[in-house]
Amino acid sequence: MTGAQTPAGHAERDGATSAAEVPAEYLLRLADDRLVLGNRLSEWCGHAPILEEDIAVANIALDLVGQATAFLELAAVREGRGRTADDLAFFRDAREYRNIQLVELPRGDFAFTIMRQFLFDIYDVILLEALQQSADVELAALAAKSLKEARYHVRHSGEWVLKLGDGTEESRRRTQAALDELWRFTSEPFLTDELDRELVAAGLAPDPASLRSRWESELSRILEAATLTMPDDSSVARGGRQGLHTEHLGLMLAEMQSVARAHPGASW
Amino acid sequence: MDASASSAAALEQASEHTTGHGQWPLWEVFVQEGKTGSPHEHVGSVHATDAEHALQNARDVYARRGQVTSMWVVPSNMIVASSPEDRGPFFDPAEDKIYRHPHFYKVPIGIKGL
Repeated sequence: MTGAQTPAGHAERDGATSAAEVPAEYLLRLADDRLVLGNRLSEWCGHAPILEEDIAVANIALDLVGQATAFLELAAVREGRGRTADDLAFFRDAREYRNIQLVELPRGDFAFTIMRQFLFDIYDVILLEALQQSADVELAALAAKSLKEARYHVRHSGEWVLKLGDGTEESRRRTQAALDELWRFTSEPFLTDELDRELVAAGLAPDPASLRSRWESELSRILEAATLTMPDDSSVARGGRQGLHTEHLGLMLAEMQSVARAHPGASW
Repeated sequence: MDASASSAAALEQASEHTTGHGQWPLWEVFVQEGKTGSPHEHVGSVHATDAEHALQNARDVYARRGQVTSMWVVPSNMIVASSPEDRGPFFDPAEDKIYRHPHFYKVPIGIKGL
């Protein structure tokens, strides 16, 4: 997918504004992180530890899927290949998904889910704050809208990390284990590639690497209060942005896409 | 009594209170919709471990739709209620005192929000 070929109908539009627009490829990164994480989180619907939390995680899952929809709709327009947001969600295979691997891992226990959300939520707030300043006005507007939700998400997951980490012996053990297991997936969001460098130069997006120090300081502040220890593990999982994923994404997509693929063109 | 000390005691009491099924403490939720200054109205209750948690749960359960401006949560066991037996002596005497109603008062033109 290069996004370079544009049907005649879109040529004028692209020609006029492409200087201040991120390509579909970048929007897919934003969309897929949210779509995949939202789906993983929605697996808790009906299974969360208490009714109020069930509603809370379902709300957050819906926020993420809603954000993904908006990014996919914009990606579909920018791509200019006549595909819709639904096409992008339901008819791309794992190899075409651009999410970081962190979000595709199975939901695990509640501590694992909460820790994963927290690691993502801190990153998300910092990223969206930066994207608000993008020279791409449509992207900046979507970022501003999503940021309101992300600020609540991090408040929710952060409170839980404090409760679970500084909770009972068992909750602390599970939360630390989750952090240890997830740690090697936490570098990927901050890796900078060729596309990032182009967008940074054009003032369209932040350099992922530049977001890391603030992410670490926010994280260590909460971990300390939660009596948790930052893991000392330098191995790095990578490849999601290029379509390389763990085995888990394919299984999740198979389920998520099965209805749309069994009834192509159906509306519901 | 010092107000902050008494509210801290209330919170402590609330967090120690469980319903006996291992449930988290219960909190009553009050929501203000629309303009600042309109009343906070009772909308229901949530279970939560502490005040911040109660606010978050209340937000997720009761502020999903509509235009919420502000929200209060109060430990349920801090609510003092009249009992059903009080109904007669407390409330009946008001029924035959029609002069307490504002029926005979004309609202001046241009007054809103009554």
